[in-house]
Amino acid sequence: MSQVILSWSLFAGQIMLGIAMLASLYRMAVGPRAQDRILALDALYVVALLLLVTLGIANNSLIYFELAMLIGLLGFVGTVALSKFLMRGEVIE
Amino acid sequence: MSPDLPLWLAILVSLFVFLGALLTMAGCLGLVRLKTFYLRIHAPTMGTSMGGGLILLASAIYFSITRERPIFHEIIIFAFVTVTTPVTLMLLARATLFRDRVEGSAEIPQRDA
Amino acid sequence: MKKLFPHPVLAALLLGLWLVLQQSIGFGHVLLGSIIAIGASLAAAKIIPEPVRIRNPHLLLKLAAIAGLDIVRSNIALLMVLGNPRPKPKAAFIEMKLELTDTFALAVLACLITATPGSAWLEYNREHSTVLIHVFDLVDAADWETTIRTRYEALLLEIFQ
Repeated sequence: MSQVILSWSLFAGQIMLGIAMLASLYRMAVGPRAQDRILALDALYVVALLLLVTLGIANNSLIYFELAMLIGLLGFVGTVALSKFLMRGEVIE
Repeated sequence: MSPDLPLWLAILVSLFVFLGALLTMAGCLGLVRLKTFYLRIHAPTMGTSMGGGLILLASAIYFSITRERPIFHEIIIFAFVTVTTPVTLMLLARATLFRDRVEGSAEIPQRDA
Repeated sequence: MKKLFPHPVLAALLLGLWLVLQQSIGFGHVLLGSIIAIGASLAAAKIIPEPVRIRNPHLLLKLAAIAGLDIVRSNIALLMVLGNPRPKPKAAFIEMKLELTDTFALAVLACLITATPGSAWLEYNREHSTVLIHVFDLVDAADWETTIRTRYEALLLEIFQ
C-alpha cells in the first residue's frame, strides 16, 4: 500500500518537474533576449537537480545525490560566467 | 525499493515531493506566462526556495528512515542553491539593467550619478 | 592564532560542510577537513582582507526563522497570483535608502530578499547607499519599505554592526 502511494506520487512529481523543464526549455528557445535565455537555463539546472533527487528516492539509491550536487555546482558557475559576459562582453576581466 | 515502508513515511514523503514539484512547476510555468524580464526573474525563486526545500527535505526524511541512520547531506544542496541563486539572479538583473540603460529603455529607473 | 585563522567563521563552515558531506565524524575526516578549512580560509584572506564580525550569533537563528516564515508565506502568495489564468501582478521598482553599510550584512540582506519569491534585489549604489529592488506584486510601497526596515535591517544591524 505505502509503496503504491509513494511510487505514484513520485511519478506525478516527476511529470510536473518534466513540465517545468519543458517550460524552461521553451523560454530558452524563444527568448526574446539573451538574459531571458540565461534565466531559463538557470531554472532548467535547478529543476534537473530536483528531478535527480526524486529519481534517487524512487530508485532508493544515494548515488543520485552526488549527481544533483554536481549539477548545482556547474549550473552556478555557468550562469555567473554567462551573466558576466552579458555585462562586459568578456568573461575574465 | 525497500519492502517494509511505514505508511506514514510514504504519505509524508509523497506529500512533500508533490507539493515541492507543484511549486517548482508553477514557477517555471510563470517563466513562460509572464510578460517582461523583470517579472520573470521572480519565477525560478519558487523552485529554488520552497519547492527545492520540500523535495530535498522529503529525500532526507526518506533516506534517514530507510537507512536507519541520520542522512542530511541534502542540506548542502539546499544551502548551496539558496546562496547561489540570488547571486546569479542579481548578476543577471544588473546585466539587464545595464543593457536596458544603454538601449535607453523608458521603464527602467535611471542611475543618478 | 590570528595568522592561522584569518576567517574563523569561514573555516568552521567549511569544516562543517566537509563533515556533512562525508557523513562521518571520524578522526581522519576531521583532520583532512581541518586542513582544507584552514587552507581555504588562508586563501580567502587574500581576497577578503577585512574579517567578518558577528556580534550577536544567537540572533542569526531568529533571522533564519523570520526569513523561513517569510519565504513560505510569499511562496503561497506567488502561487496564488500565478494560479490565476491571467496573472496581473502590480510590479514596481522600489528605491530605498539603507542604514546598513557592512559588506557582509548587505550580502546577507541581498540573498534573503532575492531568495524570497516576489522580491529581487537589483543593484546597490554605494555612494548614496540606496538599493533598487523589484517587487512582483506591490500593495503599498511605504508599508513594504517599513517591513524590510523593521524585520530585516534592524536585526542585521544588531548582528553585524
